[in-house]
Amino acid sequence: MYEIIAFYLFSFLTVAMFAITVTTNNVLYALSSLAAGMIFISAFFFILDADFLGVVQIVVYTGAVMALYAFGMMFFDSLSSIDEKISNPRLVFALSGLIALCIVLIFSFPLIDVGVVAHAPVNPTWGNTQDVGIVLFTKYLVAFEVAAVMLLVAMIGGIILAGKKMDISYSSLSEEEIASLEKKDEK
Amino acid sequence: MTLNAYLILSALLFCIGLFGVIRRKNLLMLFFSTEIMLNACNIGFVAVSRHYGDLNGQMFSFFIVAIAASEVAIGLGLLILWFKKKNSIDLDSLAKMKG
Repeated sequence: MYEIIAFYLFSFLTVAMFAITVTTNNVLYALSSLAAGMIFISAFFFILDADFLGVVQIVVYTGAVMALYAFGMMFFDSLSSIDEKISNPRLVFALSGLIALCIVLIFSFPLIDVGVVAHAPVNPTWGNTQDVGIVLFTKYLVAFEVAAVMLLVAMIGGIILAGKKMDISYSSLSEEEIASLEKKDEK
Repeated sequence: MTLNAYLILSALLFCIGLFGVIRRKNLLMLFFSTEIMLNACNIGFVAVSRHYGDLNGQMFSFFIVAIAASEVAIGLGLLILWFKKKNSIDLDSLAKMKG
C-alpha cells in the first residue's frame, strides 16, 4: 500500500520536475528542478531495495554533478535568452517521426521472459550494500578499475580544458596590469 | 508495483529527455536533457534487476552513473572553451562546417 502511494507521488513529482527542466527558459530554474528531480529519482531506488544506488544517486548527482554545473554556469552569460526558433521544421518533423517509430518498435518487441537465470542473485540475509560490494569486487572488478581510470582521465581532461589561463589571479594584479592583459586578449 | 509500471515511468522520463534534446538550442539544456535520459535508463535497469532478483542491473546503473559524471566533467570543460571562443552557448554557433 505504502509502496503504491510512494510510487505515484514520486513519479508525479519527478515527471513534473523534469518537464520544468526541459521547458523553462531560465537556466537557474532548470538547474534547481533538475537537482530536485534527481533526488526524487533516488526515492525509486529506495523503493526497489537498491539502497546503495539510491545513496550514490544523491551523492553523485546532487552533490557532484549539480555543483559542477553551478560552477560551470558562472562562466557563461546564462541568463541571456537564446533564440529557440527552429529554422528547418521539416527536418525536425522527420527526425521526430523516425525516433517515435523506433521507440514504438522497441516497446512492442516481445519481451522474452523465459529462461532468465540470475547470474548474481540477491542474497536476502546480507544487506544491499554488502551484496553490491561482493558482486562489484568479484565479477565486475576489471570494469570497476577501468571506470576508475576513466574518471581520473575525465578529471584531468576537465582541469586542462577549463583551466587554461587560470594561473593568473586577477585579484592580486593592479588595474593597469589587468587592462594590459585584456588588451592582449583582444588582439 | 509491477515491473510494467516502472518501465512505463522510465520510458516517460526518457521521452521527456528526448524532447529536450530535440527542442532546445541552449547547449547547457542539452546536457541537462542527457542527464534526464541517463537517469531514466537507470530506473529501468534497477526495476528489471528487482524483478529477477539479480544484481547485474544495479551494476549497470552504477557504471552509468560513473559515465554520466565523467561526461559532465569533459563536456563542461569543452563548453567553457567554446564559450570563451564564441561568447555564445547557442547550438547553432556549432554549425561551422555548414556548406
